[in-house]
Amino acid sequence: MKHIAIGILAAATMGLMASAATAASTLEAVKAKGFVQCGVNTGLSGFSSPDDKGEWKGLDADFCRAVAAAVFGDGTKVKFTPLSAKERFTALQSGEIDLLSRNTTWTINRDTALGLNFAGVTYYDGQGFMVNAKKLPGVNSALQLSGAAVCVQSGTTTELNLADYFKANKMEYNPVVFEKVEEANAAYDSGRCDAYTTDQSGLYGIRLTLSSPGDHVVLPEIISKEPLGPAVRQGDDQWYHIVKWTYFALLQAEELGITQANVDELKASGGPEVKRVLGQEADTKLGTDLGVTNDWVVNIVKSVGNYGEMFERNVGAGSPLKIARGLNGLWTKGGLQYAPPIR
Amino acid sequence: MASQEVLREEPTRGSLINDPRVRSIFIQVVAALALVLCIWWIVGNTIDNLQRLHIASGFAFLKGRAGFDIADSAIAYSSDNTYGRAILVGLINTAIVALAGIVTATIIGFMVGIGRLSNNWLIRKICTVYVEVFRNIPPLLVIFFWYFGVLSVLPLPRDSIGLPFGSFLNSRGFYFPRAVWGEGSWLIFLALVLAIAMSWFVARKARQRQMATGQQFPVFWTSVALIVGLPLLAYIVSGFPLTFDLPKKSTFNLTGGFQVKPEFLSLYLALSFYTAAFIAEIVRAGVRGVSHGQTEAAGALGLRSGPILRLVVVPQAMRIVIPPLTSQYLNLTKNSSLAIAIGYPDLTAIAGTVLNQTGQAIEPVLIMMAVYLGLSLLTSAIMNVVNAKMALVER
Repeated sequence: MKHIAIGILAAATMGLMASAATAASTLEAVKAKGFVQCGVNTGLSGFSSPDDKGEWKGLDADFCRAVAAAVFGDGTKVKFTPLSAKERFTALQSGEIDLLSRNTTWTINRDTALGLNFAGVTYYDGQGFMVNAKKLPGVNSALQLSGAAVCVQSGTTTELNLADYFKANKMEYNPVVFEKVEEANAAYDSGRCDAYTTDQSGLYGIRLTLSSPGDHVVLPEIISKEPLGPAVRQGDDQWYHIVKWTYFALLQAEELGITQANVDELKASGGPEVKRVLGQEADTKLGTDLGVTNDWVVNIVKSVGNYGEMFERNVGAGSPLKIARGLNGLWTKGGLQYAPPIR
Repeated sequence: MASQEVLREEPTRGSLINDPRVRSIFIQVVAALALVLCIWWIVGNTIDNLQRLHIASGFAFLKGRAGFDIADSAIAYSSDNTYGRAILVGLINTAIVALAGIVTATIIGFMVGIGRLSNNWLIRKICTVYVEVFRNIPPLLVIFFWYFGVLSVLPLPRDSIGLPFGSFLNSRGFYFPRAVWGEGSWLIFLALVLAIAMSWFVARKARQRQMATGQQFPVFWTSVALIVGLPLLAYIVSGFPLTFDLPKKSTFNLTGGFQVKPEFLSLYLALSFYTAAFIAEIVRAGVRGVSHGQTEAAGALGLRSGPILRLVVVPQAMRIVIPPLTSQYLNLTKNSSLAIAIGYPDLTAIAGTVLNQTGQAIEPVLIMMAVYLGLSLLTSAIMNVVNAKMALVER
């Protein structure tokens, strides 16, 4: 029901917004209200899920904090709006949120017809399948899934890739489609479906929440490219740049070895490049040109660490998920994460 | 009275401003203009804003390839079909579950409603408990109860519960043999239609005879014999064309046969049981609304309690029952949009998916609103016809 409400809200907003007035700057609006309103997943381990104290944890949630740190110098000035896959774009389009950081795949359709701008790829993912190895011994490839009932979340690229994959391999399947990830998890856990499909990172996260995680295996096939990243509305280049360069700053910090622990020390003792990135160069205007303060990178790293720290803490070795860096390693280490120079 | 007469005479003498007729027309025209302007402004503004935000708009997306699959579809559908057809599939699914729910809710509702008035203490109490329980729980919880509480705890397909006639029950739903109509089976359908027509004719003749002579004729048993006998005869004559496709176990699921999925089953059962509680109360009110003198008068004429209920009380109660019953049917249809919580692909679910895949929020929501409005108006129209038939005919 909520997405209808959002749809109506969107219709109302579009209808009642004064069209003649030029769009107010998102940065100014954010500064005026004093926090960044950030759209996240309703609950996906490692990306965004509330912990036992109600605090949002995860890579996507930390990215929201990084943007807040860049704008306010304080990573806690952020409010989270949990969104289902279906609600997310409408929430962003209608202005309910300032930033969508919700494991969302970057596609051409979303960049154009939906009126969004993707700021980068915070996680390179691919779609996979998970099955219960105890109930279905002998299934070790997605190509054996013909005839299976597959649980999937509605309104996702996953749903479309699933249809394409089974069609391309001339297999039959039975989609069981849920709006909310929690409902899909519960249905899979109860045995309603033989297989569960979503991005592989998501599968590892969901596996942890099942009643007996050890029984479930993620099949080796990756059937799609899923570059996940934060998105903003079109039509506000300044805000788009702040979000985009926050992401690059996180990467640049890792590349230069700037961490949460040593950032204060490096402000004084770092080499010329480190000093420039941290805004310590004399008469620097890098930060103010962007619309934030010159020590914005310091604030980002202080609040969430660099990209590598964020990754390890939420989905990597320091987390229950234990996902290897792989494609998400820095370009210097054979991965795809690469930031243009901050100069 | 006096003031009205004064008003009627005044206009001819007073100025135009004081003329109440002119005034009322003027106010109505202004109000209508204001409404039209307001709508025009909202629509125009919406289009402006969508363009400014670079969001695609218009209904052209309905012709695009949908790309997603739908589990339950009454018409042929694949991911290669259009968004428009996907929405049509959702509309049909909504209609199916609403129609099935309305029929079942009415049957349960009437039984429980009458049961609450029973002289039997146990029946009366059971019906009261039923009404109080289902009426006071939100429908979404009733749906979850059936889905997660009843159907998903059933065994997996491998350990299906075998039921009579080759049907099975498991956590994937209810499987039963599917009839496969062979060559010459049209004869069976023809026989069935013929039998129904003949039963109707027999009932008419029997009524006429009873009116004229007072003699009764066993209409019910004759009809049963006709409706069962004739198609059976046709089945034998046409050389046994009917075979059954039985559900069989395969790697994952049962294949073959006809599968009723748990999503449909739980939505259908929940809506039926939930709405039946309200219908039961309406029926009880209707029966109570018939004066007790009617029952006593019928008793004095020598009718037994069954015929009293059937011939005297219920026809009069129906006049009270039908208008609120219509509202319950509308509620049931609209509540079917809760299907989204358990993944039954009804209109709301599919239009929601379309909304998300195309990113166009306004158009799918407009379509949804128009469809629910259309379904509701259609239900009301049908019920109004029924109501007109039932209404007291004054002679």
